[in-house]
Amino acid sequence: MLYFDHCASTPPYAEVADTFAEVMKAHYANPSSIHRAGVEADKLITRSRSVLAEQFGVKPEEWLFTSGGTESNNLAVKGAARQFRSRGNHLITTQIEHSSVNDAFRQLEQEGFRVTYLPVSSTGHVDLKQLKASITDETILISIMHVNNEVGSIQPIEKIGRLLSEYPRILFHVDAVQSIGKLPVKLKEWRIDLLSGSAHKLRGPKGVGYLYVREGLQLQPLQSGGSQERGMRAGTQNVPGIVASAKALRMSMQAEEKNRSRMYALRERLLRQVADIPQLVLNGSEDAAVMAPHIVHFSYPGMKPEVIVHMMEEQGAIISTKSACSSKDNKPSKVLLAMGAAPERAAGGIRISFGDEHTEQDIDKLVVMLSKTVAQLKPLERSKS
Amino acid sequence: MIYDKVIVRYGDLVMKGRNRNQFEKRMQQQIKRALKSFAALTYAKSFGRMTISLNGESFEPIAERLKDVFGIISFSPVIQAENELENIQAAALQVMKGLEKEPATFKVNAKRAWKPFAHSSQEMNHLVGSHVLRAFADLKVDVRKPEVELRVDTYEEGTFVYNSVIPGAGGFPFGSNGKAMLLLSGGIDSPVAGWMAMRKGLELEAVHFHSYPFTSDQAKEKVIDLARRLSYYAGAPLKLHLVPFTDIQTRLVQAKQDSMMITLMRRAMLRITEQLAVRSGAGGIVTGESLGQVASQTLSSMNVIGRATVLPLLKPLIMMDKQEIINEAVRIGTFETSILPYEDCCTLFLPKSPTTNPNLNVVERAESYISELEQMLLEAVERTEVMELTPEAQPEEEPAGEDRWF
Repeated sequence: MLYFDHCASTPPYAEVADTFAEVMKAHYANPSSIHRAGVEADKLITRSRSVLAEQFGVKPEEWLFTSGGTESNNLAVKGAARQFRSRGNHLITTQIEHSSVNDAFRQLEQEGFRVTYLPVSSTGHVDLKQLKASITDETILISIMHVNNEVGSIQPIEKIGRLLSEYPRILFHVDAVQSIGKLPVKLKEWRIDLLSGSAHKLRGPKGVGYLYVREGLQLQPLQSGGSQERGMRAGTQNVPGIVASAKALRMSMQAEEKNRSRMYALRERLLRQVADIPQLVLNGSEDAAVMAPHIVHFSYPGMKPEVIVHMMEEQGAIISTKSACSSKDNKPSKVLLAMGAAPERAAGGIRISFGDEHTEQDIDKLVVMLSKTVAQLKPLERSKS
Repeated sequence: MIYDKVIVRYGDLVMKGRNRNQFEKRMQQQIKRALKSFAALTYAKSFGRMTISLNGESFEPIAERLKDVFGIISFSPVIQAENELENIQAAALQVMKGLEKEPATFKVNAKRAWKPFAHSSQEMNHLVGSHVLRAFADLKVDVRKPEVELRVDTYEEGTFVYNSVIPGAGGFPFGSNGKAMLLLSGGIDSPVAGWMAMRKGLELEAVHFHSYPFTSDQAKEKVIDLARRLSYYAGAPLKLHLVPFTDIQTRLVQAKQDSMMITLMRRAMLRITEQLAVRSGAGGIVTGESLGQVASQTLSSMNVIGRATVLPLLKPLIMMDKQEIINEAVRIGTFETSILPYEDCCTLFLPKSPTTNPNLNVVERAESYISELEQMLLEAVERTEVMELTPEAQPEEEPAGEDRWF
């Protein structure tokens, strides 16, 4: 089976899985307990934090562990907005955020915040001038994802950070779930206050999220309870998950530079061959510099993408549609609609996302399967209305 | 940075003769020790002061360190000029031009300590002042309240030109007044008492009583942190005696003398400390007591407790208010550690109503009923663990978990 759904989840490194099992067996005490076993478990979390800190050149205390990317995004967005409500009532995000960010902002709207959802270009990129124009005296938080989880467009986070350095009062959150380990991510240099990551997207275990909270910043917690994670995230920490996640992050970040060029080459190879299948239309930019190395996204307009996914699976390749949530009424992708795609193109999105374990042969095999699938489906295409 | 030297003054001392020599030697040694991490520095000493050549090291971190060295009266970053008028005038201009903000008024304060120099102090005031005035169009002289006082000190080895005098910690160099034991509890007061004692030239060894499992390991860690901080001021490693007090404390509790519990405990502590002092060659005991602060620190309590030892009890905080002590603790950087919420062995077993007026006869009788007490004290002394602490926190003995997990 060829697994091409790295955007949804990645195969864990073997060493990471071993770590998880070993720590789980050896350190089951509650890290908040005062006895030695608890103190030992807590030290493991502290050491994990410093592994993260070292990779990003920040302080260990600036990293929190959560239950995943969704929680990190929720805590960052809602925790910051609610904490700093007295400073202003306006928030800015984009139309193509992951649902955990988007829906958090929808909730904040219910609570009385005013939210600007920035549009994106046809390639899936926000415009700096538009961003600047939407900033008001009331703006307290800007949340923009680094790499879009559907089409793979890279947002100009560094430039946005430079722009925001003129607005010291505004907090800057970046959802980097799809970019850590795939692209360089800088915290201080890019003036980032809050940054979310997810362990299982970078070959770590599920159930652990990373959240960078710049020193001195306090967030309103989402849940009531103990004072774990500097009082911002109550609940007994997932010790084996956290240790394994720190290892996965270190391994993927250390391999990032080497993998990046290899993955861009694979991406290029895939694109070149998909171009020979006229039914498939590429989404995003032709310019690889503004697209993530591990994602290729295209549409088969007029074709239900689930059908393609299932047919590919029968042949031995796992790919995905826009996201895990497949609705019966075949709802078009919000991201593609925001990019200005027609509804039938927006509803026909297919995502192929790969990792460092893939080879050129894998890509070639995948393309063969794709052409075969398209050839079978061609006679069944809906008439273009 | 325009300055190339730092002049450190510990000088116009009351001491004369041989004492003075020893004092100066110790002072110089302490300064060099404190600045050991600045490798490029070189030192020259003269009567009552020391000149440090920066050799490219930056002044600010050195100033931060010097501020905490006991025995220093003041210090200044200076430009050293040869004893020629032109050189001195040039140095004066350099100092004035190096100021962060151009002042509106100034005056020159020249001092000719080396009499063979051609110009008197008065003449120098004029000669240097007029030279500076010519260079700054808007500058005026104000002899009463100048914004900048330009100092020009002429010594045999050269003339020092500078404008700032930074006060030092004062007191005597560490260890120039003998050695004492410090009762270090982990609270706010005792570290301050230790700082004050060291400032007066006492070398200290700290003594801490712990009652594991009634007190936690964190309480011990806290005391270790405090001792590290004190060793920073000492400019030398500091010995910390960790006395196991559990057995004695639980035995005293069983004496069922609730109201006298603290009195009995404090007396036991003093006896143990006295024995440790004899072994360490220390001639006194420093405590953080402040008159009337708690039941054991009333005059009559101190009378009964103090009789447990023949060593002089030094109580630097005795007449200070709590807030004054807290301010000092904040200033010397021990407050944050002291307020960490770990119980020490004194708050434990605290009776509901401790006596403020114990009776010596009753206390002595209560002690005499515990026939094994002497033996227990001796055992505690024998089982005392000694640590030698430096300001740098040691890296954790063992890293958490297995390396392969990370």
